[in-house]
Amino acid sequence: MKRQTLRPEERKQFFTSLRKMSRRQFFSTAGKVAAMAAASDLVVRFGNHIISHAPHSFQPVELAYGAEKFTFAYVSDTHLLAKGMTHRFAKAALKAVRDANAMSPQPDFVLFGGDLAQLGQSEELKLGKEILDELKPKRYMMVGEHDWYFDMGEKWRELFGDPWYAFDHKGIHFVILNSVIVEDYWTAPKMKPMERMLFMAQLDNPRGKPFTVGEEQRDWLQKNLAKVDKGTPIVIFSHSPLYKYYKPWNFWTDDAEQVQKLLAPFTSVTVIHAHTHQVLTNRIGNIHFHGVLSTAWPWPYAPEGLPKLTVQMDRADPFNQFDGCGWGTVDVLSTGRANKSYKLWDRNPMNVTAAQLESGKVAAPGPSY
Amino acid sequence: METRVVVRVLIVGMLMAVAVGPLTADQVKAAGAASSSSSQVAAAASGEAWVTKTITACDKKKTVIVEGYREGEVLPPEKARQVAKLLMALMKYCDYRVLARLPQQETTVYLSIEGQPFVEMQEVEQKLPLLLVQGVLPTEREKRVWAAEQKRMIEEGYKLFHSSVLGTNGISCDMCHPDASNTHPETYPKFQTQLKTVALLRDQINWCIENPLEGKKLSGDDPKMKAMEAYIYSARSGKILEPGKH
Repeated sequence: MKRQTLRPEERKQFFTSLRKMSRRQFFSTAGKVAAMAAASDLVVRFGNHIISHAPHSFQPVELAYGAEKFTFAYVSDTHLLAKGMTHRFAKAALKAVRDANAMSPQPDFVLFGGDLAQLGQSEELKLGKEILDELKPKRYMMVGEHDWYFDMGEKWRELFGDPWYAFDHKGIHFVILNSVIVEDYWTAPKMKPMERMLFMAQLDNPRGKPFTVGEEQRDWLQKNLAKVDKGTPIVIFSHSPLYKYYKPWNFWTDDAEQVQKLLAPFTSVTVIHAHTHQVLTNRIGNIHFHGVLSTAWPWPYAPEGLPKLTVQMDRADPFNQFDGCGWGTVDVLSTGRANKSYKLWDRNPMNVTAAQLESGKVAAPGPSY
Repeated sequence: METRVVVRVLIVGMLMAVAVGPLTADQVKAAGAASSSSSQVAAAASGEAWVTKTITACDKKKTVIVEGYREGEVLPPEKARQVAKLLMALMKYCDYRVLARLPQQETTVYLSIEGQPFVEMQEVEQKLPLLLVQGVLPTEREKRVWAAEQKRMIEEGYKLFHSSVLGTNGISCDMCHPDASNTHPETYPKFQTQLKTVALLRDQINWCIENPLEGKKLSGDDPKMKAMEAYIYSARSGKILEPGKH
């Protein structure tokens, strides 16, 4: 029997009819449904428990179709300086916000991917909040290192709340992490807050410390995920990529393997990360990884470590202020997997589908950097 | 090359006596002019210095002065072989007039090239070309000075590149170009449409200073520009030159 995806009305009808049917009808329906489940390899749930997706299981089932397909948008890495609305970074951030607002239909929510400020200053964060407050859809905030290391997240927490948290939306379990925790490098040399911030702000800092999610958050994540079915699709938001791409530029999370281990038991995990300012695609085991664009500036691809699945975006034209920058959208499918659309300004959008990642097809070599 | 002559080297300077024997007056004068003491030349000319035999190669430019043998004396086979090897080596490596002095003990060879002071040769193949150009080899101190000055300028460029001082809006070069990546200095000069000209690296640097950084451009003579270029080039050391590549 072919896999069916019932629309909401049909589903409602189906369940209603289940309640009203005769004993014979029940068995016949249950049988059909079980066969359907087996054939389509859907996860079979009874209440909150997964029964099995083995063929020939003959039990009354409530089929979970995962979420209905929905879309969210993202705006990320605005790197605002406290130089007013005419500064090019502020203009770009506003541009992204207005583009997201112009979406029709509107996205379910907008994620902010971190690095709202450039130097963690109050004025920068407040300017960022002012710009992002223009967003019409619901907004979820994530912190980046440029927001954090001036005052260790004090202003951020005041303006935007918890730096890590989780929520559920249409059957998908979302987790936002603060994946830019580093080993203390400032206390011993008695660094002032701005010194600490500048140390962190330099991407190619030869003395820089690698990002981590850290023990505290890993423990929290483990407890949080313990309450979630292994069949529930998970989407993780992190600032740094939750894998190891290029350490000299901190395109890296040092405890990535430990985090991936916590995510491995789940059937569908997608990580949406920021920080890299480029089109970036990877898959490790069952986890799909997608980078997001920056509104402020693009980064070149690193000299080594680029995941093979990444179809590179072309080099930015320095003479075009917005080239290589942009915002984007994520379509979350009914399976919980994600299709990503990079909305590059002044270019055709680049789309990366879950199917492409599943196929594991290696991308053709990109432009030389 | 089998006829390699390997001998000791120290830079002796102008202290070696000039060759004696039936050299031309020019050669004597040339060698004599190079040595600091005219009395030595006089002594050499009068024959009071070492007994030597002079052998000139067929190109008439390479001459070996063999100490310990008189003119007209037949050299023993080993010595003759050594002299021949030396002449061959010298002829192979240059076209200049070279006076080679082979002492009796055969521990070293002293060379005077085109009238330069005699120097003691170590490795003919390696050092001869350098010697011909400069007359002397670069000293260790000189090499240290070159390296230190280079390092200083590159570090100055690194600092400018990684700070926002060149602009007025807080933006720095390393934001778009971590480790000077994606600068491609090896592709300049190249035509840039927006600049309406074939641009050098410094033109592009200035464009970036004026536009994304909103600063004032630097002149080519400005030490800051030199430092920036030094850093950018140093980051791309080893890349093939491909001017015009977009």
